Amino acid sequence: MLRITIDNILIEVEEGTTILQAARMIGGGVVPPAMCYYSKLKGSGGKCRTCLVKVAQGSAKDPRPMPKLVASCSTPVQDGMVVENKISVEVQQAREGIVELLLLNHPLDCPVCDQAGECDLQDLAFGFGMEETETIEPRREYPVVDIGPLIKLHMNRCIHCYRCVLTAEQITKKRAHGMLYRGDTMEISTFIQTAIENDFSGNMIDVCPVGALTDRTFRFKSRVWFLNPMNAHRECSSCGGKVTAWMFGSEIYRVTGRKDRFGELEEFICNECRFEKKDISDWVIEGPRKIKRQSVISGNQYEHLKKGSIIHPIEGTTEPQE
Amino acid sequence: MEAGSKIDHHLFVRENREVVFSDATLEKVRSLIRRYPEGRQKSALLPILHIAQEEMGGYLSVDTMDYVASLLDIKPVEVYEVATFYSMFYLEKMGKYVLEVCHTGPCSICGGEEVLQHIKEYLHIETGETTPDGMFTLKEVECLGACGSGPSMQVNTEFHDHMTVKQVEKLIDSLRRKSEEEESSKGWAEQFS
Amino acid sequence: MGRAVLLDKVNVPGIRDFGVYREHGGYRSVDKALGEMTPAQVQQEVIKSGLRGRGGAGFPTGLKWSFLDRKSDKPRYLVCNADESEPGTFKDRYLMEHLPHLLIEGLILSSYALGVKTCYIYIRGEFKYLVGILETAISQAKKNNYVGERILGTGFSLEIYVHPGAGAYICGEETALLESLEGKRGNPRIKPPFPAYKGLYDCPTVVNNVETLATITPIIGMGGEAYAALGIGKSTGTKLMSACGNINKPGVYEIEMGLPVEDFIYSDEYCGGIKNGRMLKAVIPGGSSVPILPADLALNTARSEARLLSYESLSEGGFESGSMLGSGGFIVYDEDACIVRNTWNLTRFYRHESCGQCSPCREGTGWMEKILYRLEHGQGRRSDIDLLVRVAKNIEGNTICPLGDAAAWPVASAIRHFRGEFLEHIK
Repeated sequence: MLRITIDNILIEVEEGTTILQAARMIGGGVVPPAMCYYSKLKGSGGKCRTCLVKVAQGSAKDPRPMPKLVASCSTPVQDGMVVENKISVEVQQAREGIVELLLLNHPLDCPVCDQAGECDLQDLAFGFGMEETETIEPRREYPVVDIGPLIKLHMNRCIHCYRCVLTAEQITKKRAHGMLYRGDTMEISTFIQTAIENDFSGNMIDVCPVGALTDRTFRFKSRVWFLNPMNAHRECSSCGGKVTAWMFGSEIYRVTGRKDRFGELEEFICNECRFEKKDISDWVIEGPRKIKRQSVISGNQYEHLKKGSIIHPIEGTTEPQE
Repeated sequence: MEAGSKIDHHLFVRENREVVFSDATLEKVRSLIRRYPEGRQKSALLPILHIAQEEMGGYLSVDTMDYVASLLDIKPVEVYEVATFYSMFYLEKMGKYVLEVCHTGPCSICGGEEVLQHIKEYLHIETGETTPDGMFTLKEVECLGACGSGPSMQVNTEFHDHMTVKQVEKLIDSLRRKSEEEESSKGWAEQFS
Repeated sequence: MGRAVLLDKVNVPGIRDFGVYREHGGYRSVDKALGEMTPAQVQQEVIKSGLRGRGGAGFPTGLKWSFLDRKSDKPRYLVCNADESEPGTFKDRYLMEHLPHLLIEGLILSSYALGVKTCYIYIRGEFKYLVGILETAISQAKKNNYVGERILGTGFSLEIYVHPGAGAYICGEETALLESLEGKRGNPRIKPPFPAYKGLYDCPTVVNNVETLATITPIIGMGGEAYAALGIGKSTGTKLMSACGNINKPGVYEIEMGLPVEDFIYSDEYCGGIKNGRMLKAVIPGGSSVPILPADLALNTARSEARLLSYESLSEGGFESGSMLGSGGFIVYDEDACIVRNTWNLTRFYRHESCGQCSPCREGTGWMEKILYRLEHGQGRRSDIDLLVRVAKNIEGNTICPLGDAAAWPVASAIRHFRGEFLEHIK
């Protein structure tokens, strides 16, 4: 076992664990945000740079600090490592800089984006974004690419995390889209006019941290915070059939996979469950799904909140306002 | 793409035209694949795309790329990803002679900007355009690694350096004259022994 | 003139041919190593020579070799980085064009030392004509039993293949190069793991620059200690400098480390002074990625000592008043050069060459380029100068690979030393 201290909290982890995984074991405020890392996708991580942390001590054997901030998602823990995340001003400043760059070409069209309310970039901007931007340059605009009737690709919102490409590569049989071109013209696309069609393609929607890939069968139907997420299941021959059904009254507006507390899918689900089973009779409804308290989706369920309380989006704690 | 914000990508079309290498080229392709360990045939993608571009009309059509994918037993999108990443691969039909003028630092301060401007005026085209007769396409490229003999440029991967306004006119005129003749430089396939 | 150990025979007619190269002492180092030395002894000579990577980072070559995972039962690879694309740098091209066998010999020696049976030369696609030159040299060496099965009757076998890139500066970064060699996009890998453990095809791999590997030939020929006696301090031996810009004699020069910058610029043996009798304004001494130096700091350090061509002297003063030897791409600017235009030009290069994989570099290089474009075209705001410094700082150190730093340093240093010129661009 290896010992690592993150923001003054000591934990023992197994060899091969990354700093981010160790932080997730501790939980709470020490967990760095991650926009591209996805534990279930091989080769993910390292790209968005929002999870950068400071390694104040490399290991017990070699206590020197690491010269640069490191991506916690892809840096393995060494015995005796000391890591600073929330307590480091340098890390917070670097993260603000990264968020500014991630938002530089983002259209900031949350009011018309279906992802609003469950968007990692929105949360990140709320936590680390600056109130004003100094940029006066026009934002990048991609031509619209139609990838079929099930998934809407909105390239302008993409943060190039590669998660959907890895999902298509690792979960589906035949990947038809990829990361094309390079630099700041880099684009998720099929290159040729074709629909992305395979039984598991819908998972690309769930792994997308922003509103670049959204469910076309749910497009503009409702704001996510007006819906009640319910655990539901059915007998399915292609996947586990365990889903979250997003309901309004007795109507199912959309179906997604079940996400854990770090926003990752517990299981990938098939397109039949996701796109075709929208009738309540298709499902056994288990009951309300637990949603993070700080999410706007559970806003109406905060019965215990005192009036005037504020919600800290990153720490996930609520405390009375002075 | 200087200060531009509109990305000018567009979707391409699979025309389903038959693309086949000659037997001699196929033999070369097979020997290139043998240079890499078994199961790592994708390694041969870049050299084969060079050959494909040269032998299939000077650019990589979707059909050509699909054919290369089938030769290497990889997904077509893996070829599209690579072809769009590297600046030497063209996705659209180019002029017979592609004039690639270096516009990076050292060449730029040694007269490269004047040479570029002169080509535009001489051929009446802007960067990225092809002359109406399909003879010349003008491209600005980044450092060609010939900074000591700049301004430098390439005509279909053939180097020309110490360019001046006069030199470049002479070059263009001579290319026009020899346009009927065969290419003198050796092809990609012939580079590999 | 300093001693030449790489280019000493570059003017021999026909030296590109195996026979002529052999007649002039070629492949004697391989004869010596395979005849009298163990692989460990060859590596020991390289360690003794103090040779440092000539591609730009200056990391000790012998030390890099010692990291190679020798416990793994997977095959090991040597990859020669011939993706020379750093603006201002054209030494490897020169070396391969004129002395291909010097490189092949170095590859054989290095492969022998490292226990490598397959070596790839990854060469930038624009150097198409060099692919043929190198392939010819390899097949000549093969005919003479210096490459192939059981070299010179020993148990050592080696295949060398040339692999062309296709236009991507980023492939000069060693892990991007490996990705590209595997037929993928040139996206640098996340480290660790390092190539010494998981490189090409996940096997232990050493990646070295052309000049570095070619230098192994004279090192084995003369012995590591004799090589280390050349140069100055920890900058041992000689270095190829590619000089360009506003000078009388652009070209590739082999200098003994420690030559004063002033001699290099003004001596007739090297650059021959500034073109048209103009004044020296600034120098980028090690390829476009290293900080630019104004004339006074290029010739003398902030402590008023003569600035020398060596790793230590060029970086003396840190980023405040120093720069780096880098790849040896020496770009000279005369008094007419516009620093703002030049900075914009180089930033456009980095924007074009960013692979786009990580957010600070993808977005940051584009942002800096747009701001500099405005500044150069008369649409600058006063706040833009500090904004540029801030964006550069947000990129620096926060990216997957050094391209982010390489894009940030030229901007930061140009503003540090020429802020007034930036201000003049703002109406």
